[in-house]
Amino acid sequence: MSGSDQSYITDTLIAEDIDAYLHKHQHKTMLRFITCGSVDDGKSTLIGRLLYDSKMIFEDQLANLESDSRAHGTQGQGIDFALLVDGLAAEREQGITIDVAYRFFATDKRKFIVADTPGHEQYTRNMVTGASTADLAVILVDARQGILTQTRRHSYLVNLLGIKNIVLAVNKMDLVGYSQERFYEIVKEYAHFAEQLGIKSFLPIPISGLAGDNIVTRSENTPWYQGPTLLGHLEDAPINATQMQDAPFRMAVQWVNRPNLDFRGFAGQIGSGTIAKGDAIRVLPSGKTSRVKSIVTYDGQLDRAMAGQSITLTFEDEVDCSRGDVITVADAPCEVADQFEATLVWMDEAEMLPGRPYLLKIGTQTMTATVTEPKYEVNVNTLEHLTSQTLAVNAIGVVNISTDRAIPFEAYAQNPDLGGFILIDRMTNATVAAGMVHFALRRSQNIHWQAVDIDRTAHAAIKGQQARVVWFTGLSGSGKSTIANIVEKKLHALGKHTFLLDGDNVRHGLNRDLGFTDADRVENIRRVGEVAKLMSDAGLIVLTAFISPFRAERRMVREMMETGEFMEVHVNTPLEVAEARDVKGLYKKARAGNLKNFTGIDSPYEQPENAEMTVNTVELTAEDAAEQVVAAILAGL
Amino acid sequence: MTSTAQKSMSSDTLTHLQRLEAESIHIMREVVATAENPVMLYSVGKDSACMLHLAKKAFYPAPPPFPLLHVDTTWKFQDMYALREKAAADAGMELLVYQNPEAVEKGINPFDHGSLHTDMWKTDGLKQALTKYGFDVAFGGARRDEEKSRAKERILSFRSASHRWDPKQQRPELWKLYNTRKAKGESIRAFPLSNWTELDIWQYIHLENIDIVPLYYAAPRPVVDRGGMLIMVDDARMPLLEGEVPMMRSVRFRTLGCYPLTGAVESEAATLPEVIQEMLLTTTSERQGRAIDHDQSASMEKKKQEGYF
Repeated sequence: MSGSDQSYITDTLIAEDIDAYLHKHQHKTMLRFITCGSVDDGKSTLIGRLLYDSKMIFEDQLANLESDSRAHGTQGQGIDFALLVDGLAAEREQGITIDVAYRFFATDKRKFIVADTPGHEQYTRNMVTGASTADLAVILVDARQGILTQTRRHSYLVNLLGIKNIVLAVNKMDLVGYSQERFYEIVKEYAHFAEQLGIKSFLPIPISGLAGDNIVTRSENTPWYQGPTLLGHLEDAPINATQMQDAPFRMAVQWVNRPNLDFRGFAGQIGSGTIAKGDAIRVLPSGKTSRVKSIVTYDGQLDRAMAGQSITLTFEDEVDCSRGDVITVADAPCEVADQFEATLVWMDEAEMLPGRPYLLKIGTQTMTATVTEPKYEVNVNTLEHLTSQTLAVNAIGVVNISTDRAIPFEAYAQNPDLGGFILIDRMTNATVAAGMVHFALRRSQNIHWQAVDIDRTAHAAIKGQQARVVWFTGLSGSGKSTIANIVEKKLHALGKHTFLLDGDNVRHGLNRDLGFTDADRVENIRRVGEVAKLMSDAGLIVLTAFISPFRAERRMVREMMETGEFMEVHVNTPLEVAEARDVKGLYKKARAGNLKNFTGIDSPYEQPENAEMTVNTVELTAEDAAEQVVAAILAGL
Repeated sequence: MTSTAQKSMSSDTLTHLQRLEAESIHIMREVVATAENPVMLYSVGKDSACMLHLAKKAFYPAPPPFPLLHVDTTWKFQDMYALREKAAADAGMELLVYQNPEAVEKGINPFDHGSLHTDMWKTDGLKQALTKYGFDVAFGGARRDEEKSRAKERILSFRSASHRWDPKQQRPELWKLYNTRKAKGESIRAFPLSNWTELDIWQYIHLENIDIVPLYYAAPRPVVDRGGMLIMVDDARMPLLEGEVPMMRSVRFRTLGCYPLTGAVESEAATLPEVIQEMLLTTTSERQGRAIDHDQSASMEKKKQEGYF
């Protein structure tokens, strides 16, 4: 059926049975698409034509258009459709569009939102913005010019943003005499390029935006073309949201709704999958599980809801869940990680600073993140990988990103809702980059937090104590191990559950691979800290005896523990006293130059500034010092 | 879930109105979750009615967690004032009404003061109200399809401390990730209806049975013809020209504002389907009834830079 016939029937329906028309239009679907082309490919003319042909232009606008066409138009006395869509006054005078504009039109089947993006080379940023919400892309080519550098750039970006549905609109066919040969020549060239990019399929259509060929109605000028018209294809192309319905359920929590003490609902827009009353769910990153008690909406409770809907869920159990968390189906949760590889499109005039903290927004949560130097930058014209120390505005590169906490995510290619993110400058608040997650780095991949019912409080309670980490620090030979050992014996005698970690029992096993360089000392303490944390989770009173010479690492360990659980004990023995004792003969070796990096000799010891306790082993015996430490531990228990 | 159930599920597709509704709700929740002191600008028109309805849905069963603000000019239609009170009460929301005290004092009106009327009551009034209450985010019912310069307006529009809009300082909006961060003194205008068209609004009002001002439906009303615009004589403050006699005509309004500035259209459409029918078959666009953008087609853009919505 031709477009003009369609609009005639529509008008008749509106005139004769408005209720039937309304009913029909309440069941329309919606497609969002992006048009991209170079400056003179006729993009604005094409969009103007779609608005005009679908009767989205009113008579007064048409009158404006006619007078504007005479004043600014490029079509002589004819109507310049491009003027319908060129927006801001300044750019209208320049004759170019410089931003993303959204246009609307509708047919009997669908409502369309068109992202109109500029063809100018420096505006990659706008195209990426427009493409991020598009179900389909129309890539315009001037039949006289063929495939240009910018066509490649646009195709690369469209593919990067994961748009599967691509139309190659070969425009201005009227200016090449509707030549079938020219059309197929361009299609062949594009197919070659598309294959390089990994574009699996595209639909080529010969059109003329100006003359209207194959836009709404099939053109008599191209009898050799058997495919759909542009509008016909737009009406039938699949929609992303529909395709996401078959994926596992995911919803990022936007808002916890607590109107009163009896109601606690978790509001969000379903990103993928479906959810039904009674379904088992899991909250990430905590990993807690429950079941859906109700799906609440203003229009009543639903039995089930699907991707794209904004809803509110309540759970059977009181489960911690707040803004930023992701609710997933219980048996197919998404990954949780804090380090990723991702592609970044840089959008800010100030270039990227590797190592600098930015804010990262993904789903409904925002956290601090740092970005490494690019692994490579992509030359989007040649697809070459370039080495680069940074990314400038409109540059695209692959980087590693590290976030300050573990976040639920999915690869962008699988689920843009949980794989697309933005970076925000902490000072200017500008959106500086768009990012697409590839995968989690090996270190953090596939480690799910398993929520446990017997938690740290329960572990400690059954032992009749509170967990503690008592961290002895001091020079070699200061008496740390001796005192810690006596402390443990005393606590044990009192029926407390303890464990002593010291340099010797750790360095023979867990940390066997580490030496005594500064980097190895840092890693040594990090590992001891992690082990101590696990043991404190188990409810134990953990005693550690390590030189742990650097303040930064002691602070790091302190921050790993629950507030109030960490107790730093400085075994304060002057170097000359420790060296005089030299129980293990190490000072002698170090002085002789046979032991490198020995603390106090050729490696520094940074005195604690805020230790909970200091024991002086010159004035006190080890027994008395231990008695004081035990008293302090018990006082806190 | 069985694979059959999944399959039948995937053939379900949200309609365009369901998608628009879900998007608007998502925007409202994102903005409110990160705002300190949000407000909804409520003009009593059909777009405001839709926006308020969506806000009720977004936060149900809680009432929308912000007040409504009506920047009043004292020259709105009487029917609008009546619905304003009722709508706020029905939603369980606080209604703030602000009138620019300087305009009150000087008796600014559309007959004697021309464009000063809009500048003082609406543009200045809005800025004053936002400053007075310290609102950091204001929801507005503007749509991208209303006017060419609005096609490029972001869903979140950032305004400087002096409420100015700078086209160069607007942020890219990717996916549905809204960057709501702002510096001290800056504020945000949030437009949850950005992607709705006039027809979408009408269809939604019809589908959801939303209460709108009766002026949208045709009824016999007293009007005078002023330079081709039919102006309704809504109260005794309307100065009649010499020899001018209000005539009863069956008219309705396609947009609502200050009654002396809002042109009526002759119509018999007394029900919502009839209004939609007439709209679809008509040949003039919605904004033509407003005196404000007749000067030049870029005037809306200037107004926006000055701080008018």
